[in-house]
Amino acid sequence: MDIDAVPQDNSSTYASNKKAIYAKDADGHVKVVGSSGWEAEETVTKQALYDLQEMAKEAYCEVKKGVKSPLYYHMYAMRMDEQLLSDATGFFKWTMKRDFQPSVFARIKEKRLAIYAEVMGKTSEELKLLPEENYECN
Amino acid sequence: MSVTNFEHTHSAHCESGVMSTMLRHYGLNLSEPMVFGLASALSFAYLPFVKMGGMPLIAYRNLPKSIIKNIQKNLKVKMKLETFSSKEQGMQRLDTLLLEGKIVGAQTSVYWLPYFPDEMRFHFNAHNLLVFGKDGDDYKISDPVFEESVICDRTSLQTARFTKGVMAPKGLLYYPTEVPTDLDLHPIIVKSIKKVAKSMLNTPVPIAGIKGMRYLAKSIAKLDKKDKRYAKLFLGHIVRMQEEIGTGGAGFRYLYASFLQEASTLFNDDKTLQEASDMLLSIGDEFREFALMIAKAIKAKKDIDYILLADKLNAIADEEVKMYKKLLEFCATNR
Repeated sequence: MDIDAVPQDNSSTYASNKKAIYAKDADGHVKVVGSSGWEAEETVTKQALYDLQEMAKEAYCEVKKGVKSPLYYHMYAMRMDEQLLSDATGFFKWTMKRDFQPSVFARIKEKRLAIYAEVMGKTSEELKLLPEENYECN
Repeated sequence: MSVTNFEHTHSAHCESGVMSTMLRHYGLNLSEPMVFGLASALSFAYLPFVKMGGMPLIAYRNLPKSIIKNIQKNLKVKMKLETFSSKEQGMQRLDTLLLEGKIVGAQTSVYWLPYFPDEMRFHFNAHNLLVFGKDGDDYKISDPVFEESVICDRTSLQTARFTKGVMAPKGLLYYPTEVPTDLDLHPIIVKSIKKVAKSMLNTPVPIAGIKGMRYLAKSIAKLDKKDKRYAKLFLGHIVRMQEEIGTGGAGFRYLYASFLQEASTLFNDDKTLQEASDMLLSIGDEFREFALMIAKAIKAKKDIDYILLADKLNAIADEEVKMYKKLLEFCATNR
């Protein structure tokens, strides 16, 4: 790619930062150029973000309905999923699934909750609550 | 407190960027592409059974930490790598090393680094950065993929260093203890190029190298049988691995092309290497076209032509074969 062809699309995903791309200058030398973004890349980054957000939204509504515990929402709000949370806590997925049940979560041991809180960078109290979000549930 | 004479550089890839900046600081002046090339870091792998965030692993370069390891091995640089079981100890050790005037490489999770744009904060545990100073509770950080050096508070840095899960950093810190200053790069260049070409062309398993690219193309062609939402996410995932921060664009191909050009200069403007560099630059362009085709397909309402996408990837694989053969030609005449 020639230096002139390096996209400068000011992608919001870059938040005014620049990414280093190697491209060819007029003399044929390949060197680093800052790119402010590329639409194609922005499309796929946002696609991934949107998907994570959709899962957080669905989880939010299930917690609101009382089908799932707040922990379930927090997992998705942190851009995590069951695999990631299981890797991070060392808990088996089936035991985590039990914690996603409101009745089981209500009786969760402080020690176990503290492990969730630690890997999610939250306090145990925060994990017990569903924050106010602007998600429309039906 | 911070190290004197430290110079931050903007790089394409975190690991080669950290190693290049670190070695330069200690007197061995190697560009980022040179570090990437000497570590034989260019690769391709498609591992459908290894899932990250529900998506199969697709890599355009070697495994994390392989650049650190290969540079150690190939350049006879002595490095110290330390991991920690306790967070407090891990932070204490970093402070001690900084007090000794060292610059220190660290492995972190992108998600917990507050200076990353919110829309880029994903759970990726193998991000490399350099710590070069401390001001109260703020650490001065040279993050290679950022234009300027940045600041990170102690709590965030600690969490980022001690996140758990796949490729958990375990607080990894690394720094050189012995750096050679006069090196004959020629034999190392030949050896490292040969390694890349051979592993891309001859890997016996169908998931790596050129075979891996063709395997991915096959999987793309079969996406019409999958759920549409998954198919689009899968395609988007390919492009993210190829283009997002840390790749230098077009799946590290531009970065390696830059290495080949620099290597050509060192071999008295070797023509074969320069040709290979030009070929790889156009291959990078083809990869970007492939990315653009996917981005358009994801946005469009109509059905996606998966065969067209698979053909494009196969055509790129054909071009790569020619490029690696050219590299072997160079290696055969420079033994």
